[in-house]
Amino acid sequence: MSDTSGNGPAFCCSGCAGAHALIKGLGLERYYAMRDMAAVSQPFAAEAADWVEFVRSDPDGTRHAELLIEGLHCAACLWLIERALRAQAGVTRARLSATTRRLSLAWTGDAARINALADTIARLGYRCLPVTADAAEKVGSSEERSLLRAMGVAGFAAANIMLLSVSVWSGAAGSMGAGTRDLFHVISALIAIPAIAYAGRPFFHSAWTALRQGRTNMDVPVSIGVVLALLVSLFELTRSGQHAYFDAAVMLLFFLLVGRYLDMRARGFARRTAQQLVAWTARPATVLTEAGAVQRPAHRVAIGDRILVATGERIPVDGVVLEGISAVDRSLINGEVVPQPVVPGAEVFAGTVNLDAPLTLRAIAVGDATLLGEIARLMEAAEQGRGRYMLRAERVARWYAPVVHLTALISFLGWYFIGHIIWPDALLIAASVLIITCPCALALAVPIVQVIASSRLMRRGILLKSPTALERAAAIDTIVFDKTGTLTMGRPVLLPEDAADGDALQTAARLAARSRHPLCKALLAACPDAVPFAGVEEHAGQGLLLRQGENEIRLGHARFVGVEAAAVDGFSELWLSRPGLPPYRFRFSDALRSGAVSAIGQLRNAGYRLLILSGDRAAAVRKVADALDIAEWTAEADPRCKAEAIAQLRQEGRRVLMLGDGLNDAVALAAADASLSPSSGLDIAQNAADAVFQNGQLSAVEDFLRVAGRSQILARQNLLLALIYNALAVPLAIAGLVTPLLAAIAMSSSSILVVLNALRLHAIRRPHVIRGSAALNRRPA
Amino acid sequence: MTILLYLIPAALGLGLLGMAAFLWALKSGQFDDLDGAAQRIMFDDADADLRGRRR
Repeated sequence: MSDTSGNGPAFCCSGCAGAHALIKGLGLERYYAMRDMAAVSQPFAAEAADWVEFVRSDPDGTRHAELLIEGLHCAACLWLIERALRAQAGVTRARLSATTRRLSLAWTGDAARINALADTIARLGYRCLPVTADAAEKVGSSEERSLLRAMGVAGFAAANIMLLSVSVWSGAAGSMGAGTRDLFHVISALIAIPAIAYAGRPFFHSAWTALRQGRTNMDVPVSIGVVLALLVSLFELTRSGQHAYFDAAVMLLFFLLVGRYLDMRARGFARRTAQQLVAWTARPATVLTEAGAVQRPAHRVAIGDRILVATGERIPVDGVVLEGISAVDRSLINGEVVPQPVVPGAEVFAGTVNLDAPLTLRAIAVGDATLLGEIARLMEAAEQGRGRYMLRAERVARWYAPVVHLTALISFLGWYFIGHIIWPDALLIAASVLIITCPCALALAVPIVQVIASSRLMRRGILLKSPTALERAAAIDTIVFDKTGTLTMGRPVLLPEDAADGDALQTAARLAARSRHPLCKALLAACPDAVPFAGVEEHAGQGLLLRQGENEIRLGHARFVGVEAAAVDGFSELWLSRPGLPPYRFRFSDALRSGAVSAIGQLRNAGYRLLILSGDRAAAVRKVADALDIAEWTAEADPRCKAEAIAQLRQEGRRVLMLGDGLNDAVALAAADASLSPSSGLDIAQNAADAVFQNGQLSAVEDFLRVAGRSQILARQNLLLALIYNALAVPLAIAGLVTPLLAAIAMSSSSILVVLNALRLHAIRRPHVIRGSAALNRRPA
Repeated sequence: MTILLYLIPAALGLGLLGMAAFLWALKSGQFDDLDGAAQRIMFDDADADLRGRRR
């Protein structure tokens, strides 16, 4: 879809023109003012599918359905989909969540209307996927809620206890009587006890689980510190003591809960998109039985069943073609743009799209046994390897906890046996040691850098998904690129010199106007105002034919128009034959992304080793590699081969960053040390990648690596700051000089120091301003 | 110091009110789609466009 401002609408294909007409027809032109111009990718070809089995009905006749929407980019997408659906008669609810990408629909009337509604979404250029009910997902979102609730409670308690504590501190010089102080402490206790019991559960639970397994983690000192502080303070209360640590205990909980919530939100994003690969095969298959055609979920198809795949439909299982000649878009599997012709006997794979004519298949593999399922499994395995990666903060926590406990214990025993003070006072000192060492700054030191780095990247159009990515990316020395859709635009474009013959182009475009073939779409894009010929015959897998009386105009393969073997020069081609004229050859190439040459040049100058790993043919890969001056490249690599190449590099001791956009890259993305995917890529690739960049600007790679490197320096500085603070404060605590006031000041000041240091991340200078970055400000024009 | 007998309950009451409001908002799903909420503030039309009223 192209810009409608300026020179009037220009469309890359008839699908876009259709979507534009639909938007206009519904009175929703404001979409174009709101849309993030550069973030829009190609709309998906409308796919036929039956959604009726996903509809739930209420007794009063209201129908409900949930769909997963793929292809969301920005606010305009939400707006457009919701408004377009609400404009349909009978639709009572259409609410799309930007976080979960789920569309919740309710309407009155026939259940089968879901297909019309899904079609509307498809025509707008988004893809619908069935929502697979996932127990893990439900657990995740309820956990997020309970964490928020705990945060609310802790925040309330911290604020109110602080209110009382400040009065106690300011009255410590003598202006406040002992009675009033005790009253304030009692009220503080009454707030703190239920608040800690409630808001502390996430920590207590995690600490308990760790202890039972004989491990220790950061939550163990937190839990012990908070509980001990509460108990000692209660004991102080009974003997009308001067010091109580209710404020410190609750404040600590609140700070830590904030950190944990931020962390959880980052992880939730990755988790939610994780199930989408399954959704590809979850669409129903049409099984041909003795009794006729039956719709059946793909996983219930038996091996050997005969499956009918309509034109434009996604193939639900791996199978062998029995009847029909067609072309299959295999870009999901191997990233190749040009469709593969298939004839009876050919093998086709789940997840590919049947383009030209209906096919009858015999199923040879279903569900997890399909190539798609295998890719999912490989990806999972690769991700598990990465899951074992331990963050620096966790490595620090491993030895931090025992040291803290030992210090507190020693100070208790020391004061009791050597210092000869009564045990409640010794315990009070031990509690203050625990509170002062509580990893408040330490727990904030790394997450705050994380949060600031990701917000900085976000403004540059890079969405950071994995919390550990920055640390992994900081050590990168090798960058591996996929070709199609990553270095290039991922769709064929007619070479300008071949468009010179206006008459040939016009004829070819009129012939091609109704075809779904990507090369035909490219022809039409070069000649957008072509009026389609009537009566064009489509010869599946061969070409298009128009009979005009005695004469024939043909457009298609070399052999189809009667030309001998096609030249092998790396270009995709279409031949046009017209009566009385020599055959005309149209050449297409997949154009490089804008700015690719300079972005790659910068990376090379920065000393990175660059490679291309592509599933495409050697000639096409060589052309791109030459254009970008990348010496190392591999062609015709399948998903497994890509992952192995990455593993090989890592064995050589290289730290690898992988860039890819397709399903065929997903395993490699998961196997690399860190990975990036363009936002025009499939959600599967975006899911496997650590970060997603918008606008197709490859300069994002350098930004990402620079911010990652810088953030790791800051994270290390922060850890050092937290340790220095501990080195200063702990002796004071052991000496018994720390009062609740001092503890509160030390805790807040160290946290503020760490946050301020992390904010220096904003001070990285940009080497140059990149054009188009204005589009990143998600504001309507 | 009898003023404390009024002020402390008043302060706690206000705090509780705030917490109750937060918990209510959480329960009614206002925190379920924080990304969407950030984007929805740009929809200033509230369905009006669809009934033929355009700017």
